Amino acid sequence: MPDLSINFAGIKSPNPFWLASAPPTNSGYQVMKAFDAGWGGAVWKTLGVPVVNVSSRYGGVNYRDKRLIGFNNIELISDRPLSDNLREIEEVKKRFPHHAVIASLMVQSRQEWHDIVRASQDAGADGLELNFGCPHGMCERGMGSAVGQEPNVLRTIVEWVMEVATVPVIVKLTPNISDITEPALAARQGGANAISLINTIQSIVGVDLDQFSPYPIVDGQGTNGGYCGPAVKPIALNMVKNCAQHPGVQLPISGIGGIENWRDAVEHILLGASSVQVCTAAMHFGFGIIREMTSGLEQYMREKGFQTINDMVGRALPNVKHWEELNLHYKVTASINEQKCIGCQLCYTACEDGAHQAIRLNEGTRVPEIIDENCVGCNLCSLVCPVEECITMERRDDGTRHETWQQRTLAGNIPSEFEDERAGGRHHWVPEPAAALGKEKHKTLPGKARQFETVPASPQIVSE
Amino acid sequence: MAEYSPPTTEQEFQVNFAQLKPRMNRTEAMLESSRCLFCFDAPCIQACPSGIDIPQFIRQINTGNVTGAARTIYEANYFGNACGKVCPTEVLCEGACVYNLQDVKPIEIGRLQSFATRAQMDSGEALFGPGTPTGRRVAVIGAGPAGISCACELRALGHEVDVFEAKAQPSGLTVYGVAPYKITNEETLAEMAYLQGQFGYTVHYNAPIASRADVQKLEADYDAVFLGIGLGSTSTLGLPGEDRVGCVGAVEFIEQLRQQHHAVAVGRRVVVLGGGNTAMDAASESARMGAEHVTLAYRRSKSDMGAYDFEYDLAKGVGVEGLFNVAPVEITGNGKVEGVRFVRTATTGGQVQPVPGSEFVVPCDMVIKATGQSKQTVFLGLIEGLQLDAKGRIILDSRTGQTTNPRYFAAGDAGNGGAEVVNAATEAKVTARGIHEYLMSLK
Repeated sequence: MPDLSINFAGIKSPNPFWLASAPPTNSGYQVMKAFDAGWGGAVWKTLGVPVVNVSSRYGGVNYRDKRLIGFNNIELISDRPLSDNLREIEEVKKRFPHHAVIASLMVQSRQEWHDIVRASQDAGADGLELNFGCPHGMCERGMGSAVGQEPNVLRTIVEWVMEVATVPVIVKLTPNISDITEPALAARQGGANAISLINTIQSIVGVDLDQFSPYPIVDGQGTNGGYCGPAVKPIALNMVKNCAQHPGVQLPISGIGGIENWRDAVEHILLGASSVQVCTAAMHFGFGIIREMTSGLEQYMREKGFQTINDMVGRALPNVKHWEELNLHYKVTASINEQKCIGCQLCYTACEDGAHQAIRLNEGTRVPEIIDENCVGCNLCSLVCPVEECITMERRDDGTRHETWQQRTLAGNIPSEFEDERAGGRHHWVPEPAAALGKEKHKTLPGKARQFETVPASPQIVSE
Repeated sequence: MAEYSPPTTEQEFQVNFAQLKPRMNRTEAMLESSRCLFCFDAPCIQACPSGIDIPQFIRQINTGNVTGAARTIYEANYFGNACGKVCPTEVLCEGACVYNLQDVKPIEIGRLQSFATRAQMDSGEALFGPGTPTGRRVAVIGAGPAGISCACELRALGHEVDVFEAKAQPSGLTVYGVAPYKITNEETLAEMAYLQGQFGYTVHYNAPIASRADVQKLEADYDAVFLGIGLGSTSTLGLPGEDRVGCVGAVEFIEQLRQQHHAVAVGRRVVVLGGGNTAMDAASESARMGAEHVTLAYRRSKSDMGAYDFEYDLAKGVGVEGLFNVAPVEITGNGKVEGVRFVRTATTGGQVQPVPGSEFVVPCDMVIKATGQSKQTVFLGLIEGLQLDAKGRIILDSRTGQTTNPRYFAAGDAGNGGAEVVNAATEAKVTARGIHEYLMSLK
């Protein structure tokens, strides 16, 4: 039976799933409900200075029939009195002594930091998370991402916090920066015990076409907000990986960004996270999603033979390389399973217009054909194919040769001009430009009766 | 066995004849349109006689450009809303959807089509208008799918159009001949009003063209005449007792049902003769009207029936029983229908032969003959030089729709012998182009 419990930089939790500091952790009521439902921990909605919120506050990105594949907000930190929050933290800890309650904090002066750190610890918080990420509203007041984008300031504040902290301190990083490892290193240098990432990405999720205003709309106007939800996972994963791989960082990572199910969580963990934080999914579907997450994670661990979460942490990292370390001799080409093909020809148009013109259509069949000698193995056709396992990428090299760009560079074996035999372009087949003309004229005339010459016969109404 | 009680009010009628393809709401349209793969050279387009750019209009719906979707549809087919509901999409566009090959439910193209066109009709906003006047005048005989489509296209090309309709309402088969669970009268007539409002042709109702004098008047008043006359009444079988009370033609029965709804009297035990789609409709309708027992009698086997499988399934689904390899020999009864005497048949070498001594009677109080419609040969005989083929269909040039009398053009059932609404609408649109060509060549 896999053990889901974790010890994250000294913070213990029955499972690695924490609610991120956000609206779902705004009150003791919500956090207790979440723990009751099965969440392992909660990072309390950021405590700090008095703020005033606007309405509306949230914007969504819908994709086709899917709602909220991206989400943003222009909400500020907790607008509830500090004393109320602290009292509720205490209450939650009494009821759930083995769950993780982490106080997220954001204030300005050294004295304010000292005061709020002490108050949170006194209330029973198991850890502290310093919010250096909020990209809207708070940064204009010199907090949030304004701090997260200045590694020196970030380090100084971490040092202030560490002067009085008696529980583990996590620094939450903003992704609104070109190199995420810089603030991560600063957090380390300041003495932080862990980092968490990513906070939200500065964004405009959309524009109202009638009101000419960005979402969310406040009395006809709007502002940039913080982007999150499933759409940001790829960015978060890359940043988690960057921090996990950096030899100077060496801190436990709490992964945040686009985690909606157990698979997303496992991806974060395989790239170096040892706890994960969830917000948008809980806002979208409620606390009940935790059941699927824990059971999925447990099943995965069972199948893979992982006893503890720690066994999994960073397992994918050795396979994440720089481009120049990849094998130049590995060759795949596309292969279409004619039995499975449904004839939508999406692969054909994708390859024609978006790739390398390596698929042809033949008379009498809707099943396209791969032109092996033109196929560069880019993968596009298999990505657009709507049928599982219909287009597969088959290995064509014999696996005996392994050479990277790095090795070539070291051996002085790289081309310096395009005419060079060893340059890629010389072997890249492209059709004559003029062959493109007339191709877009469909066999069917869009919107018009198709063939004026002969109206195709259709099934007749049969009557005797 | 009766599944439906006889409807006594309009409300009950609407319940028994609930729409097979009800209107989608926006959420449904969004979900469904999201599934479309946007196939290259899409099979659904190829399967549509009117060649609507289906992936295009589905994508337009999905991006909130419902008006654009309606434009895409109407540019190809003026009966956009009606066809979305009455087309046999199961064997046309939806039947060609590549999802079928994956055993996935095909995209509900018909309902999406009606969703877009219906929204457009409701908005009342015109998509098209009449073209620059050419000074030419065309008479259109028949306000069915062919006649109205032809009128719309001719108006778009700038010609003046007068439509002459023998009945009181436009849209022909769509309002008189299609089963009520496929489309409602309101919906059909709304589309007709929408089209007429945009294009501005004139329709003369209750204005049959029936005599040589009528024809001559049209010839004197108009530069060309379009024949969108469809087919005639149900052909007679020549059976003894066919004239008994309670023995009716399917076309006439359905027409009455479409117009009078629950006021139509249906027998308790009904026998429907025929194996085509009209027979399926008549049988299904009888059952929905509360008939206790409906028998569908066909002279060949089930697999030989001309009806689409889904139409037979629909009839079976409401309790209709099939009786195969039987031929009617007499309608029995004393003044009124009391039964049908059948003889069993055997099909050898494609020929249906009666099996001697196998006669039996199916008792019933109503017989519906869905055994084909006659051609309007008498009327067509009034037109000089108009040639028909051996099956009574008007001979015409497939590119222009021109008949053997150069001033006359035709499309739809009168030319193709009986097909779908979408065929008539498309052929008439093509023919309108042929008429345009002819008119513009006149000195």
